[in-house]
Amino acid sequence: MERRVSTPSARPKAAALSWRRSRKARGRLVYLASYTVIVLGAIIVFFPLYWQISTSLKTPQDLFRWPPVWVPIPPHPENYLEVANVVPLGQYILNSATICAFSILGTLLSCSLAAYGFARLRFPGRDVIFLILISPMILPGAVTLVAQFVMFQKLGWYNTYLPLIVPAYFGDAFFIFLLRQFFLGIPLELEDAARIDGAGFFGTYWRIILPLATPALATVAIFRFMWTWNDFFGPLVYLSDTRKFTLPLGLAFFQGSPHSTVQMHLLMAMAVVIVIPCALVYFFAQRLFIQGIVFTGVKG
Amino acid sequence: MRAATDSKVPPRIGSLQAREALFGYLFILPAVLGFLIFIAGPIVASLYFSLTDYKIISAPNWVGLANYTRLLKDPIFWQSLKVTLVYAVLSLPLGLVMSLSLAVLMNQKIRGISFWRTVYYLPAVISGAAVAVLWRWILNPEFGLVNVLLKYLGIEGPKWLQDSRWALPSLVMISLWAVGGSMVIYLSGLQGIATELYEAAEMDGAGSWRRFVHVTIPMLSPVIFFNVVMGLIGAFQWFTEPFVMTRGGPSQSTLSYMLNLYNNAFQFFKMGYASAMAWVLFVLVLLLTLAVFRSSPMWVHYEAQRGR
Repeated sequence: MERRVSTPSARPKAAALSWRRSRKARGRLVYLASYTVIVLGAIIVFFPLYWQISTSLKTPQDLFRWPPVWVPIPPHPENYLEVANVVPLGQYILNSATICAFSILGTLLSCSLAAYGFARLRFPGRDVIFLILISPMILPGAVTLVAQFVMFQKLGWYNTYLPLIVPAYFGDAFFIFLLRQFFLGIPLELEDAARIDGAGFFGTYWRIILPLATPALATVAIFRFMWTWNDFFGPLVYLSDTRKFTLPLGLAFFQGSPHSTVQMHLLMAMAVVIVIPCALVYFFAQRLFIQGIVFTGVKG
Repeated sequence: MRAATDSKVPPRIGSLQAREALFGYLFILPAVLGFLIFIAGPIVASLYFSLTDYKIISAPNWVGLANYTRLLKDPIFWQSLKVTLVYAVLSLPLGLVMSLSLAVLMNQKIRGISFWRTVYYLPAVISGAAVAVLWRWILNPEFGLVNVLLKYLGIEGPKWLQDSRWALPSLVMISLWAVGGSMVIYLSGLQGIATELYEAAEMDGAGSWRRFVHVTIPMLSPVIFFNVVMGLIGAFQWFTEPFVMTRGGPSQSTLSYMLNLYNNAFQFFKMGYASAMAWVLFVLVLLLTLAVFRSSPMWVHYEAQRGR
């Protein structure tokens, strides 16, 4: 392409053109290289998940075959029924869902209340109290772990869901921070109008602010769901009765000693059951989700 | 409540303010109680427990600093600290470089960017036990995906999680699988950088590398800073993967600090000793975070005005 142009000094216009062209060509090359890296990386990232699903649809014999079975044909979805015979899968799902539902409700209520107080109402010491309340965001949970355990144990809450649910009704640094930020962006005029119509502080919060804050509340609910659904440490510490286990705890329990490879197809089926709700929530609420992530990372 | 419309009378205003303050305290009451009961109280209590011999069944028995001096002489404590530091030193910088490079690549006008972003972010959504059992299967020495692929290349792969030299690097590798999480954050940070800055740098004759070093990195540094601090805190509490995948083995090569603490508290019921470990962790994290904060003026660039 550049051959046609003779000497750059002799014909400046053509030289500029050729320079621009070669730059464009280089740009295209960079683009192509980047694209290749992105696609290859995406394959590497996605393949383990594919392998999880594919393993969950294999027969036990397929697991140990050489060459490996890349695509299980025919697939064996009955593995998902079989795993429910080996472990109380339905019970685990119910347990996890129960804890999630109550945690989400508590988080939404307590955090939106506090966030509204900090964002809109004036009272002495407000900003200092706010700073103290959000400070646990950078506190390692290990510091409170032992004493919390002792406290819940003394209350007779060991081996119940209460230690996993009740704290959600008493606020959370991160979500209070997130919601307050959102409330600060809601125009004051809307509340003033409600106030003139005779609404009290609580009425304004309940009827004006909460409906306006639906996207922020949805973001909080999604995060709370993901964290509670995937939480391993809390249930591990507080639950001892296998019937009360959550899905992740049941999965680890099913896996048993860290040296067994038997029933890998069933183990993966159970893992897929854990992954599916998270993946679905992520796909359908992606915009909210990414916003939340970005918010936590950038504004923090 | 209904009478509040009329506010001409001065005393009213005072009472209105008082009412607002009262409601303010009521709104934040659950959160304040939560902080006192679930955070502040336990912090103080665990400091006290750390100075006692406490096995839950009997009352705590004051031992002064004995738990702390015992920690210093405990080889398992040092091993778990070493494992955690190695994990942090390997996984944090590697994760930073990978997620930042990916974000820069994605920041071009890439076709189907939202699709790729979705794929990269996926592993970050499904953290925990489901990921741990999956990777244990993938790293299975005989039938796992990794060694199967290596076999195609004629390489006999190591025993990964069952080999004390490979177990920790394997777990670092798995942590890198979730770099998409921070990539998304960096990507949005990159998209927030004004194009005028790049144009100005280009006018000054800066090539793409120099634009990256002198424009991208400074503008992104607050985000990087935040992620480094959070990553540090997270790394010190690293638990689920070593617990589910290796139980800290083989020969304690993956015994993370948190796993060691868990064992002491909930396997051996040494609540006092575990509390001392928790406080050492707290102080270490605090010091490291402070060090990062202190160093921040050297590398974190804050704009004079941050719009909100």
